[in-house]
Amino acid sequence: MELILETLGLAESAKLLSLSPPGWGANLLRGLANSLKIASGAFGFGLLIGLFGAYGKLYGGPVLRDLLAIYTTVIRAVPELVLILILYYVGTDLINQASSAMGYGRVEISGIVAGIWVLGIVQGAYSIEVLRGAILAVPPGQIEAARAFGMPPLMTMWRVTIPAMMSFATPGLANLWLIATKDTALLAIVGFSELTLETRQAASSTRAYFTFFLAAGGLYLMVTLCSGAVFGRIEKWARRGQPSLREDRG
Amino acid sequence: MTTLKSLMIPHRIVMMALFAALVLWCAVTLRWDWIPKYTPLAMQGLWNTIWIMAVTTVLGFLLAVPLGLAQAIGPWYLSIPARSFCTVIRGTPLLLQIWLLYYGLGSLFPQFPWIRSSELWPYLRQAWPYAVLALTLSYAGYEGEVMRGAFSGVAKGQLETAKSFGMRRFTMFRRIWLPQAIRNVLPTLGGETILQLKATPLVATITVIDIYAVSSRVRSDTFIVYEPLLLLAVIYMVIAGLITLAFKRFEVKLPR
Repeated sequence: MELILETLGLAESAKLLSLSPPGWGANLLRGLANSLKIASGAFGFGLLIGLFGAYGKLYGGPVLRDLLAIYTTVIRAVPELVLILILYYVGTDLINQASSAMGYGRVEISGIVAGIWVLGIVQGAYSIEVLRGAILAVPPGQIEAARAFGMPPLMTMWRVTIPAMMSFATPGLANLWLIATKDTALLAIVGFSELTLETRQAASSTRAYFTFFLAAGGLYLMVTLCSGAVFGRIEKWARRGQPSLREDRG
Repeated sequence: MTTLKSLMIPHRIVMMALFAALVLWCAVTLRWDWIPKYTPLAMQGLWNTIWIMAVTTVLGFLLAVPLGLAQAIGPWYLSIPARSFCTVIRGTPLLLQIWLLYYGLGSLFPQFPWIRSSELWPYLRQAWPYAVLALTLSYAGYEGEVMRGAFSGVAKGQLETAKSFGMRRFTMFRRIWLPQAIRNVLPTLGGETILQLKATPLVATITVIDIYAVSSRVRSDTFIVYEPLLLLAVIYMVIAGLITLAFKRFEVKLPR
């Protein structure tokens, strides 16, 4: 193994990337774990906003609908970086004011929670649109049938609408998940030690920029490709029992 | 499109009044006294944002056409590299790409004496060439995928007709294939251009002074947090609105 690396001229890079302390591999992996934690939290939080937002946009009153339209338009027109800064400052300010009002001192907010809050709000705007489209694609007869049998609205949502819309929502949600993983890189600018920031610190203290940035790129790419495979499985599962779109229905 | 009539519903009038009150409250109670001092810098930053966006969009699109073509009809030795390029660009964060090019190439170039003595060196020492390169490649990667679909979407019969009339391949591409492909993806292109606008603030991290960098400067100079950020968000919304309008007009003008 070492001989192969030596002949390829990669021995230096391998040493820099090794997992034990002189190497920076452990730092990169810790950053990756942080990135994935924030991405999955934000994705989940975004889905929650998206589900309620989509229902609000479809069945809510005129005021709620207009407010949600403003939310989705504004979030999608302003760069994520600017939104992250605004939401970060607003979030910390609100929490600190609340804690001082209750008589506690300044609260130190963990990077992960702040990242999830900030990216979740951004993701929510996109999720609303994806889920709204998916709910609209569910044949209305199915929802009407549930209603005709006296199913309460929440149970209809849980048992009929969500399973039926899964196959329409999965491609869009897969895209959103990829955006979430890539957007975590933006948190580097606010100083959260996720993968990109860890990489930059490792690179600037060793001066081996190409090694570290390419390694981090490889890690991100691995996440992307694995997620693609996983979402492909989920879509197949969500489509079970439906006629295939590609082949003839024979 | 929203018309005047659709805005004249009671609850919308109330909402607009509330919004106007909010704007007025912001204008009166928040601090805006820093604006005159930073206006020249902000103008320069705005200009940088706009030209970087425009140049990278055009260059990226020019690069995306061959990428899309290679994926749609190219032989395997062209289509595989094109597809891997798109996958890599779309699978890694843009910030990482920008930093890889700026810090990586930026630390590599000075090691070669012939680069340092070349005519290009004064440019290579600045940050903007790396920003333009990174954003161009990123746009090309996303757009190459879109153009692949666009090229495959043009009806086969039209291309066969052109061929049967003895049209040469390049003429056919220029007159029939490309125009229809572009027309089909024009709405997508509009969306992607707005995404490109939203990607431009990342160049501030490699010391290019765009409008975002100006707002950060105001924040660090004066410790005013919200006002520059709010103004910045409004500026981006206005530019995004203008892009949307421009593409809408363009779409209306094209024959269907």
